[in-house]
Amino acid sequence: MLKYNYIIIPSIILGIISRLSMLRVDYRQYPSYPQGVFSHFTLGIVSSSLGAVALPALLEKEFSAVTFLALAAQQFREVRNLERQSLENIDKTELVARGTAYIEDIAKAFEARNYMTMMTSLFVSLAIFIFDKLLIRSYSILLGGILGLLIIVLFHKIVSRELIGEIADIYPAKISFKGPILTVNGIGITNIGLTESREIFLEKGMAVEIVPKNQNAVVTLSNLGQRKAIEHNVAIQLGIRKDLDQPDFAPYISRDPDTGNLVFVIVSMENDIEYLILAVKRTLVLESAKRKPLSSYVGKKAAD
Amino acid sequence: MDIKIKNNILAIVTTDESKIIGGDAPVFLAKDEKERENIAILLSKITLGMIHELENGCYVIVRH
Repeated sequence: MLKYNYIIIPSIILGIISRLSMLRVDYRQYPSYPQGVFSHFTLGIVSSSLGAVALPALLEKEFSAVTFLALAAQQFREVRNLERQSLENIDKTELVARGTAYIEDIAKAFEARNYMTMMTSLFVSLAIFIFDKLLIRSYSILLGGILGLLIIVLFHKIVSRELIGEIADIYPAKISFKGPILTVNGIGITNIGLTESREIFLEKGMAVEIVPKNQNAVVTLSNLGQRKAIEHNVAIQLGIRKDLDQPDFAPYISRDPDTGNLVFVIVSMENDIEYLILAVKRTLVLESAKRKPLSSYVGKKAAD
Repeated sequence: MDIKIKNNILAIVTTDESKIIGGDAPVFLAKDEKERENIAILLSKITLGMIHELENGCYVIVRH
C-alpha cells in the first residue's frame, strides 16, 4: 500500500493532533496520570490509523477491510466501559463523590473522542484523495492538512458542552439558622445539631443561589446527578473542610420548591465567594441531566 | 459489594428521660447540656454519623 503513503501519513498525523487537542490534563484531574494520558494517546493512534486506511483500502477494492471500522467501534465502546468502571471504583474514595451521572458523561466523552479522531483521519484522507485528482500532490497534502485542522476546530465546537453559567444566574446568598435547621435565603437544607458546627457555618460557610434562566434550566438543574457534579466540581477546586468523621461540612444543594432555584452551601478551604461563583458557573451541564421541556408541545404550552 | 444502612438513627443522646420511650436505637442519658454535646460528639466520631437536634433536649446520630 506504499502508493497511498501520501494519504495515510498526513491523515494519521492529523488524527493524532485531533486526539491530543482533546487530551487535556486540567482541574478535573482526569486523566491526570502519565499512564492514563499514554493509554489514551496510544488508542488515539490506533483510531486515527483506522480512519486513515479506510479509503486506500476501498481504492484497492479491499472491501472487507472496511469491516475493521466496525471492530473499532466495538473497541471504543469497550473504552467507555473501562472508563466508567475505573471512575466508579475511585469514586468511593472521593470525599465528595462525582456521582454516576457525571461518570457516565466522562465515559461517553472518551468514547466520542476516539470516533472524532477516526472521523478526522477519514475526512483528511478523503480530502487529499479528491484534491489529488485536481491539483499537484504537494498542494493536495497541504490543503488536506488545513482542512483537517478546520475539522478539528469544528469538532471542538460541536462537542463543547454548555456550562451552568450559560443556563443560570448565580448570586451570593445568606446563611442563617432556624433553630437547628441550616437555611440559605430562607430555604431549609439540613439539621445541624452541634452549636460548634453552626458557628463554623456562619463564620466560614459560603452560599450561592442558582437561578435558572428558563424552564429548560429548571428541569436540568433539578437533576440529582447535575447537582452532584456541581458539588464535586466546587469541592475539588476550592477544597473542602469535611472529613469522614465530620460529615456536617459536606456541601449541600437544596431546591426551592416554589421557584425551582437551587441554593448551594459549602464550607471550603478557600473562603472566597467570587471564586465559588466562578466554580459553579464553570461546571458542565451534563448530557444525562439536560432536558428540554420547552421543545415539547406540552412543555411549551404549560410554561405559558 | 458493600451494603450500608443509611439515614437510620444510630443513637439518641438526651438530658430528658421522659422524652424517650424505647425503640431500636440505644439511648444515652446525659446529666446536662455539656455532657450531652460531648457524648454526641464522641458517638459521631465512632459511628461517622452526623448529629441532628430535635429541639426537645434530644440529639440523634444519623449516618447519611
